[in-house]
Order: sequence, then C-alpha cells, then structure tokens
Amino acid sequence: MEVKQFKPGKWIDAIDVRDFVINNITPYYGTHEFLVGPSARTEKLWDICKAATKEERQNNGVRSLDTETISTVSAFNAGYIDKANEVIVGLQTDELLKRTMKPFGGFKVVQKALSEHGVKPNDNLTELFSKYVKTHNDGVFSAYNAEIKKFRSLGFLTGLPDNYARGRVIGDYRRIALYGINALIEAKKADKAKIVGPMTDAVIRLREEVADQITALKEMIELGAKYNLDLTRPAENAREAVQWTYMAYLAAVKEQDGAAMSLGNVSTFLDIYIENDLQEGLITEEEAQEYIDQFVMKLRMVRHLRMSAYDEIFAGDPTWVTEAIGGMFDDGRTKVTKTSFRFLNTLYNLGPSPEPNMTILWSERLPQNFKNFCAKVSIDTSSIQFENDEMMRTNRGSDDYGIACCVSYQELGKSIQFFGARTNLAKTLLLAINGGRCEITGTQMVDGIEPCDCEYLDYDKVMANFKIAMKEVARVYNDSMNIIHYMHDKYYYEKAQMALIDTNPSINIAYGIAGLSIVADSLSAIKYAKVKPIRNEDGLTVDFKIEGEFPCYGNDDDRVDALAAKAVADFNDELKKLPVYKNAEPTMSVLTITSNVVYGKKTGATPDGRAKGVPFAPGANPMHGRDSQGAIASLNSVAKIDYKDSQDGISNTFSIVPKSLGADTEERIENLATILDGYFSRNAHHLNVNVLDKETLLDAMEHPEEYPQLTIRVSGYAVNFVRLTKEQQMEVITRSFHESI
Amino acid sequence: MRVHSIESFGTHDGPGIRMVVFLQGCKLKCLYCHNPDTIDTHGGKEYHVEELVQMAIKKKPYFGKKGGVTVSGGEPLLQSKELIPFFKRLKEEGIHTNIDTNGRLLNHFTEELLDEYADLVMLDIKHMTEEGYKYITGKKNKETTFTFAKHREASGKKMWLRYVLIPGITNTPELLHEMGAYFKDYKTIEKIEIQPYHKLGIHKWESLGWEYQLKDARENTKEEIDAAVAILQNYFKEVKVN
Repeated sequence: MEVKQFKPGKWIDAIDVRDFVINNITPYYGTHEFLVGPSARTEKLWDICKAATKEERQNNGVRSLDTETISTVSAFNAGYIDKANEVIVGLQTDELLKRTMKPFGGFKVVQKALSEHGVKPNDNLTELFSKYVKTHNDGVFSAYNAEIKKFRSLGFLTGLPDNYARGRVIGDYRRIALYGINALIEAKKADKAKIVGPMTDAVIRLREEVADQITALKEMIELGAKYNLDLTRPAENAREAVQWTYMAYLAAVKEQDGAAMSLGNVSTFLDIYIENDLQEGLITEEEAQEYIDQFVMKLRMVRHLRMSAYDEIFAGDPTWVTEAIGGMFDDGRTKVTKTSFRFLNTLYNLGPSPEPNMTILWSERLPQNFKNFCAKVSIDTSSIQFENDEMMRTNRGSDDYGIACCVSYQELGKSIQFFGARTNLAKTLLLAINGGRCEITGTQMVDGIEPCDCEYLDYDKVMANFKIAMKEVARVYNDSMNIIHYMHDKYYYEKAQMALIDTNPSINIAYGIAGLSIVADSLSAIKYAKVKPIRNEDGLTVDFKIEGEFPCYGNDDDRVDALAAKAVADFNDELKKLPVYKNAEPTMSVLTITSNVVYGKKTGATPDGRAKGVPFAPGANPMHGRDSQGAIASLNSVAKIDYKDSQDGISNTFSIVPKSLGADTEERIENLATILDGYFSRNAHHLNVNVLDKETLLDAMEHPEEYPQLTIRVSGYAVNFVRLTKEQQMEVITRSFHESI
Repeated sequence: MRVHSIESFGTHDGPGIRMVVFLQGCKLKCLYCHNPDTIDTHGGKEYHVEELVQMAIKKKPYFGKKGGVTVSGGEPLLQSKELIPFFKRLKEEGIHTNIDTNGRLLNHFTEELLDEYADLVMLDIKHMTEEGYKYITGKKNKETTFTFAKHREASGKKMWLRYVLIPGITNTPELLHEMGAYFKDYKTIEKIEIQPYHKLGIHKWESLGWEYQLKDARENTKEEIDAAVAILQNYFKEVKVN
C-alpha cells in the first residue's frame, strides 16, 4: 500500500497528523456486535503475561531488575514474550517485566529502589553518579531555598517531581507511523536552521533541545532495527501502523520514567490503516483485533523502577498509559471508529485492567451505540473513565488532544505540560486560623496573619486570613515549580517525546490542590454554624467543637457549593499572578491520585469536624458519607466547580453498587449513559465510574490471589485493587458507595 | 409538605432515573414495610413546594427521556392537597410525574392530582383477599385498592401495579391467578412489578423499638420467583422483577 491511497491534505506537506485523521477517518455508528474474541496467539501470550505478573506480585512487586545498564532509547537487546506468537513486538528490555535504572531523574532514588529489593547499581555507575554526573534531583536541591524545603517537608507541598521524572509530556506517537523517522529528522533539521540569533538563553536552549531531539530520533531507528523494523519510512499497512506507533511510545518509556507516560489518541488514527486494510481485503477482523489486543497487552506490561515511598502518593504501580477514545471533531463529526470499540474490547479479550488508562471523551452527540457500549464496559469492568469532550474542546481550542496523566487536556504534538503535583489546601486553611503556623509543628510558615484568640471563628476574619495564606502558599509553590522544571529540562530533558512534538510548543503548568471538600465544609461550618477552636498550650488548634448545623458539599446546596467553587477560583487567581519558567500558562487541577490518604495523615483536625489524620476525600469528591441526598445531588455539587478556574481537571470518582444503578443490565446501561449525559451537560469535567459490590472488595482483601485483575478507579486512574496497601484498600471501601434508599 | 428524605438517584421507583421524594406519614403499617420510619405522620421535615421544584429542575438533565420525579413514602396521597401545586409546577417544567401509592384514598384532591397531573401511578396491590389485606396492612377494606384502580382505568392514564411477593402469603398460584384475572382487561396497566420480599428493613424496625412481625417469613427461591413471573405473564403485557 502506498501512502498516496490516503486522501491528501495539508498533512502531505507539513507534519500535521490531525489533518490526516480528519481527511481519512471513517466514523462508526453501529453496535459492538462486529467485535471478535482474542486469537489463539493472543491467548497464549496473555497466559505468559498473567503468569509473569503473578510472579511479580508474589515477589514483592518486582519480577526482575537490571543493575548494569542505564535505560535509554536504544539500550537493551530485543525482548519478546514468545516471539512466534507476537504480531506486535517490543519490550522495554530484553526480558518481560524487567525494571531498569533511569538515573537522570535522581540517582539516590534509583539506589534506594534497588536496595529495597536487596541489590545495588554496578560500581562504575555509582562512582559516575556520585562523583561526575549531576541529576535532576541534584540540580533541584542545589537551588531549593529553606522556605521551599520547609513547605515540602511539613506536607504543604507533596509529591513534587523533584526526585523522579515529571512525566505528563505526550509525544505524538502517531508521527512515526505516518511519516517515518527520516522525514521527521528532516523537519527537525529545518526547524533548527530557523532558530537564529541573537543567541539569548532561550534561543541557545532551544537549539540544543532540537539537536537532542534529532539524536533521539536516530536512536529510535536503532531501536527499530533491533526488532528488524525499518522505522525510517512510513508504515505501509495496519500492522505496521500499530507497530510503528508502539515503537515510538516504547522509545519514550525506555528513556523516561515519568509518573504519567500517556499515549494520546492513537485509536482513531490507527483505525484509518485498519479500515483501509479491511476494505482492501488484506486482513480480517480477527487480525485487526489481534493487533490491538497485542498492542494493549504490551502497554499493560510497561514497568518502571519505583521506591516504596512512591507508592504512598501513586499507589498500585501505575504508569498512566492514558488513551483518549471517542470525542467529536470541531466539524461536528464523531471521532468514534471501529477501533474505538476494539480498544475497549481488550477489556473483555484480556480481562479488566487499570492500564492503558482508557478515557472516553464524552459528548452528548456521540453515537448512541458507542455510548451504550462504553456504559456496558464501565459496568462490567470498572476500568474506564469519562471526560467532557464538548467542554475541553471548546475551552481549550483543539479537537486533536490526548489526556495527560489522569484527566488533563493536552493538544497532541502542539503543546506539553509541566506536571506540578499539588498543594494541601486544607492545611492552608489551618494556617489562617493558627496565625500562619503549621498546626502540627507550630513552625511559622506564613507571615502577616494575626493569631486569633476569639471563642468562635469569625467567617470574614478567617476568609481574609485564608486569602493571605493562599497567596503565600501559591508563591512558594510557584517558586518550587520553576526550579523543578528548569532543572528537569537541564538534566532529564524528554528528548524522545519532544522529538515527536512541534519545536517550541506551548506549555501549561499543571498546579493542583488537595482537600477541597474539607475546605468547603470547614468554611460552611464556620459560616452557618458556630465553630469553637480547641487549642493546645501552644495556641495551635487540636480540635473544633461545632454548635448547630451546616450544609455539606455534595448535596447540591448552593450555600456550600459556592464556597468550594470560590476556594478553587481564589487559589487559581493567586497562581495566575506568578511568573512561570518558559512562560508556561498556569492551570490548576482538583485531583489527588491516591495521595488523599497521605495528605490526610499530615493534616490536623479541621473545622468541619474531621479528626486529625483522617484521609481526605479524593479529588473533588464530597467527603465520605456527607452526601445524604444520593448520587445526582453529589454530582451536581462537583459540577459547580468552574472548569475555567481549574483547566487541568476536576476529578470525581463515582462508586455505585450494581443494583442501585438499575434492576437489570439493560436498565443499568441506559441509566449510566443518561447520568453521563446529565453530568456533562452541567459542565462537569471528569467522572471515574466504579460499579462494584462492597462485598467483592472485602472478599478481595481476604483472598487477593483470586482477584488478580480486579480493577477499581481511584482519583483519575485505575489500579489493581489487590496492589493497594491495606490502608488504601480500606479508604476505598469506606468511600461513599451510592445505594438507593 | 412533610418530607422524610430525598433520593436524587432513584432507579427502582418508576421509569428511568428519578428524584424520589419520600413523604412522611402512612395510615397503614404493613408487616414488611422497609421504610417504617416514614409511617409516623408527625415526623419529617417541612419543605416548600417551590424548594422541591427547584431541586427537581437542577436534576432534570439526568432524567433523560424517561425519568422524572416520584413521590413515595409513607403514603403520598395523605398530602394530595399539597401535591397538586407541586405536580402542577413540575408539569410546567416538563418533568414526568409519578405517584407510588397504596391507593386507599380517593377524594376530590386525589382525583384532581391523579387526573390532571400524575403521568403515572404505581399502585401497590397488598393482597387479593380481605383477610390477607388485613393481615398485611393492619387495616380493613381491600376494596379501596380496586376502587382506586377502577378510577385510574376510567381516566385512561398510565398505571403500573406493584406486588410484594412473600412465599405462602402472597406468592401462591391461586392468588396470582386471581390478581391476573381481575386486572387482565385493564388497558391502562403497562406492567406489573413484583418485589420479592426481603428482610433488609428489619434493622429499621428494631431501631424504632418496634417488633418486626414477619420474622418467620422467608425470602423466595429463584424458582418461586420464576414461577410467579410465569403465571403473571399470562395476564400482563410486562412482568418485571424489581
């Protein structure tokens, strides 16, 4: 097949994958009935993978480690699961599930992670990194000031990417399939030639970055050659398109171990090649599904070396291979294709799984058959999440975007984002009632807040102080981010991913907050009831006595929901005032991953009646058990947070027992699809859906070996339930499971 | 209106997704009542009609093509006079209305409510015999239910029947055939929902300090449910286990 068989467009003369997709897509409106089961080859491979992951679980989460080689794009020989049965090839190393050293984020982290499994890096590397080579982590800590360190160690800022790769950058992995690497190198060379003086910092840096990108592209050719693939040219058929795209992604996860290494939106693109081969009679539906099954299987086998402390914030060994599926074009056509269905079908063919993190870009205008199938898959597997396509597309400007990490919009090939972890907004509120001191240690964090010794908390006074606290916390947070991203670019630049993105892309910095529901309910209690702080001899609050009733966030009650929306808007406004490295645009998310547990641990008692140490609700969720009017009221509360104030995402996790969703399968599907239409019509942003019985989870805690693939959505991603810590499992179980009265 | 509680996501109380307003107060005390805390006519919290209307409007996007608002209880018809303006407003807002009732009340308020504003009525058939009716509800006069059904049929507006299935008490072939034969010519009945008896309400009785009267009743086996469905299918367009 020649490239010329595709409908031409702007994509012929410039790197423009979106234009190719728009010109060649075949939208699909039919049902899922065309789908087929896994091939015998796929089943054989998956059996091997299942056995290997079992060994991994039994061996403290790690099956194999490499202590000799720095993982780069071209490091390691070819690796196979079972070569004879693989139609899509490629592993991160020469062995399945082997974890490797990517030391440029931080060598100490690599040492720590290895030592937790009783091994260490080879002596040469240790000498190299302790004497001669500086890492991202070294760079950051040489620039951090005392104030940032204080905010970090006391839990105001947590999970900062200062000792591991920042991730979140999505390479446009489709480019290698569409253009081949030679053409991409030529384009980058042409770009570089146009980056001319005067040689300011920014210009020099960009020239160096593009040179690094070209090096990475050449390394990708080598990577392909190890598997006898000629990646210099475009893919010529469906199998190659899948294979080339996977190789591009593989290059990224060989070089980088970012928290989130997302995939983008490849399913719509790949469908063009698959549809073409099907029409030409070159392949069958069985083969088409086999390509996707095996591609997805490979994505499920991606691993990074992590130290155990990492698990506190990102539990369950996630990799965030987020694939956006569905959505609409600006021209009103749907992006749903048969391959959208084939991707979802892997959750049946290979069973449920947290990875790849399949994210449905939901629009009321999606084909009804696709909506129903998504609802069915969600009910059957609890493995997928939903985001508001209409809102992201119209607010952010492109219909060709992926989801970075959990929930964040990112235009493909045109923009990137700087991951910013999150700050603890509940602790920030406590600064406002403790004279700017940390409520646990008494350390002075913020100046300019009068200590309050009144018997009851005064709403206006607390709000005024809260504003000061937010301003100061935002300032320190911004300082830390600027240092982190400056150093990451300097020591651990994502050259492979950036090689697949336009030169000098636009950037948004992805700040975040945790503890929103605690803040909303606390402010509500102070405003609508009487809250008496109980202070220790040092004057720090240790408890709060609440007299009277107050509305809680999660009941569709504007009195308190407005407080939540305002806290988000206020903090975002503070962040927006601050200058960012590389002129990145500030955005913010309400998202916690699983850090709601550790954030809670580090936070004293709060004025909403929450005791010291109790976990926060995840993301933008209402606090467990305080939403007393059922699911819709709870959804409506979250929907009131304005996306414009939180453009990096507003994560909501919705768990419901099957019976409460409807009396039978048909009703459940219809009701879930209707909920999603309703929720997103209220301008909500994101919804994780779990349809599970609590009893299943309790049984899985007792008998983990019987539930190796039990998947559950947490804030913005999914995990294998049995890979969570006991504490995190209990937190998930105590969370509101909606049950009808 | 005196409201016991509000469920914003009801999926078992009429078609589609519904906001269910559980009203406070019921004159019956059915042995199996799973909301016994709604029986006392003095409890609950007072809501203004417009307050409830606004709550429903905010949930309208979730109702889809089928859903809407259901009033349940307790016995909603005890507050018919207040329900008239409520349902009238809901109709103005284009929201589907449904009443879940035992059908014991029929006066000019309930008639206006039913005939003008209730898109659907779910009528609970307690028992086909007077003896059984008295045993389950504690009250006499099963005929009230049938009078109510006749009225609804005459109005030509939609109705569902609901029937709690208890082995040996309401689930016998004779009783099921009797019910089927009685209603088979009704044109307004879209479906019958059978609700297999369960003991989930027991703890609520205990927390009220009441003795649960049906302790000896058991839950249906799957075969017993299937058998009941098979009988009812002879008489009704649709039989649904809820």
